[in-house]
Amino acid sequence: MDKKNNQDYLAAIQAAFSADVLAHEETFGILNVEISTAKIHDVIAWLQQEPSLSVNYLTNIAGIHYPEAAGREFAVVYQLHSWKNNVRLRIKGYLPKEDLHIATITNLFAGANWMERETYDFFGIIFDGHPDLRRILNMDDMDYFPMRKEYVLEDATREDKDDRFFGRNNNEL
Amino acid sequence: MSQDLKDALQNADPANIATINFGPTHPSTHGIFQNILKVDGEKIISSEQTVGYIHRAFEKLAERRPYNQITPITDRLNYCSSPINNIGWEMTVEKLIGVDIPKRVQYMRVIIMELARIADHLICNSVIGVDAGALTSFFYPFSEREKIYELYEELSGARLTTNVGRIGGFERDFNPLFHQKLKSFLKTFPKAFEEFDSMLARNRIFMDRTKGAGPISAERALSYSFSGPNLRAAGVDYDVRVMSPYSSYEDFDFIVPVGVNGDTYDRFMVRQEEIRQSLRIIEQAYNNLPEGDYKADLPDFYLPPKADVYNNMEALIYHFKIVMGETELPVGEVYHAVEGGNGELGYYLISDGGRTPYRLQFRRPCFIYYQAYPEMIKGMPISDAVLTLSSINVIAGELDA
Amino acid sequence: MGKIEDLETINGEGYQLTTLDKAIALARANSVWPLPFATSCCGIEFMATMGSAYDLSRFGMERMSFTPRQADLLIVAGTISKKLGPVLKTVYEQMAEPKWVLSVGACACSGGIFDTYSVLQGIDRIIPVDVYVPGCPPRPEQIIEGVMNIHELVKKESNRRRYSDEYKHLLGSYQIDIDNGQEK
Repeated sequence: MDKKNNQDYLAAIQAAFSADVLAHEETFGILNVEISTAKIHDVIAWLQQEPSLSVNYLTNIAGIHYPEAAGREFAVVYQLHSWKNNVRLRIKGYLPKEDLHIATITNLFAGANWMERETYDFFGIIFDGHPDLRRILNMDDMDYFPMRKEYVLEDATREDKDDRFFGRNNNEL
Repeated sequence: MSQDLKDALQNADPANIATINFGPTHPSTHGIFQNILKVDGEKIISSEQTVGYIHRAFEKLAERRPYNQITPITDRLNYCSSPINNIGWEMTVEKLIGVDIPKRVQYMRVIIMELARIADHLICNSVIGVDAGALTSFFYPFSEREKIYELYEELSGARLTTNVGRIGGFERDFNPLFHQKLKSFLKTFPKAFEEFDSMLARNRIFMDRTKGAGPISAERALSYSFSGPNLRAAGVDYDVRVMSPYSSYEDFDFIVPVGVNGDTYDRFMVRQEEIRQSLRIIEQAYNNLPEGDYKADLPDFYLPPKADVYNNMEALIYHFKIVMGETELPVGEVYHAVEGGNGELGYYLISDGGRTPYRLQFRRPCFIYYQAYPEMIKGMPISDAVLTLSSINVIAGELDA
Repeated sequence: MGKIEDLETINGEGYQLTTLDKAIALARANSVWPLPFATSCCGIEFMATMGSAYDLSRFGMERMSFTPRQADLLIVAGTISKKLGPVLKTVYEQMAEPKWVLSVGACACSGGIFDTYSVLQGIDRIIPVDVYVPGCPPRPEQIIEGVMNIHELVKKESNRRRYSDEYKHLLGSYQIDIDNGQEK
């Protein structure tokens, strides 16, 4: 039996969801497909059900913040894997910062639960229909989403790090 | 859910249901995890997890570090097998910049990664023994584990957080003492390991204690995106080393052990067998270790020797460029996965050509499979919950990032 | 029974005189019960310290006390995040006097390489620390040296330390009330 490759996957997705495939490219052997955000759940469900494609494994979900891209500030990336064909696949959806809603895929993969919670915790992306969308790694009372680019990494309570001693501000000293 | 449990849940008197705090500093959590258990007598009815007690913001930190400075961060992911994390990250960058790695480096990496796998599985399995009440099974393997640490020390100077290797190869070649110690390790370890194995593997008490504790079916494990020994214990033979070989794993002959029930005993046995297979791989790699250089020809990323920096203009320029992060990097998105101690350890790297990654996400197997824990311990007595927790080998650094 | 070498004593034929304080201090120093609060990487090195090669039992410490109520020495090994800070403080408050704290590793001492929004920049922000062990992670030898320094402290400190004004002031600066060990 021939194994399907990236092109077969792309062709299959385009045939089934022609209107929703916004862009595609292949980087380092992995097919990236950008799907309109509203349809991502359906596409992943279809990929999972379709016997010839049999995308059976959710590798991970990543959020990305592009503060400069107007209207596409946030991206949600689903990395999927079909073991039958040994094809990895990236499904991407972009969200504007005003409307950070995307449908959950916890009904398709149980493991998506914490991955989505983590993405919410880091970026504030809201997964509609998620059974328990709370912060997971950070404290519950945190009032910002730390992985967004505008927030600093350093701990704000530290007093021993005087910028003057690191050559960052030479006005005094 | 068994019929017994269903009856128990239906007949449970709300007055008998107690809430117990299992963690954050429970003696047998081996790390800081909190589980709030609702129990009817000894039976766990439901549980709720809290994680993030050691959240260290790796991903944010990685966005502020040049590529070579991210290797020490990866040390602290799964600190029981740091070299796998280091080398996985180096291979991710090498994939991005597109470089051919000499065969010798690939074999050296395999040796180090398999040593790390042995060290990782030894900790996990000895701790399963401890939680089942056998403290001897902790002391025996630990003296052997020290020998693996000594091997790391010869190569990297550190015991635990090894920071081993560089982008493009290794910082130094195996030295004569390493060869000597590895040879003696390969000679003495199998005997000591079988001794450890014979303490538990066929021990009636241990088997009664671990069989049926915290089982998970293959379907559920897949749905939860399990990977590594925990998935294999449930009977699915997924191994990144076989599915998408990296670093010349296709050259070696080894088997991927699988379990049947996905319970604590199967997880223990799968890890034990993986240690034996790792030894086989190390022997094959070491006996066929190719001649050649211990690093790729990669002046843009690989620091020149210090003596050259002082005496050679070209080396000085490269040194300056690497340290100051002036190296040109390709733009792109890379995903690279290695078989870590706990499963598919992935690096999703987005480079915008800058000196630091634009985004680096670690696919941390612990984090992904630990969410199945409440399902695995439902209906179990508390003592089995303890065993299940240690047998899925949740490493706090990897869990909380 | 032979002469106890460690004690400063007056000796003669068949007797050895010392103060009760010193005898108690010696006994206490060699039977410190540690509570390992091991969170991350340093915890594995602490396991190695407990293990067969380095053998912490030589110091009268083979009995790990996982309950704070029966522990004398709190060994904090590993990163303490801000989320975990209150837990650590509760554990410290639950320990009975006399108690000591050993901070193992760069993270526990100062936050280490993790100068990030989520990590507590040193446990001495929430509890007093007696001995710091640097390193990322420290080698078992270093942890043992830290433990031996704790022993020196235990031998030297007065049995009545808890009633001294300095000690009350120290705990007061961490908002811990000495009389009931609870937060003010």
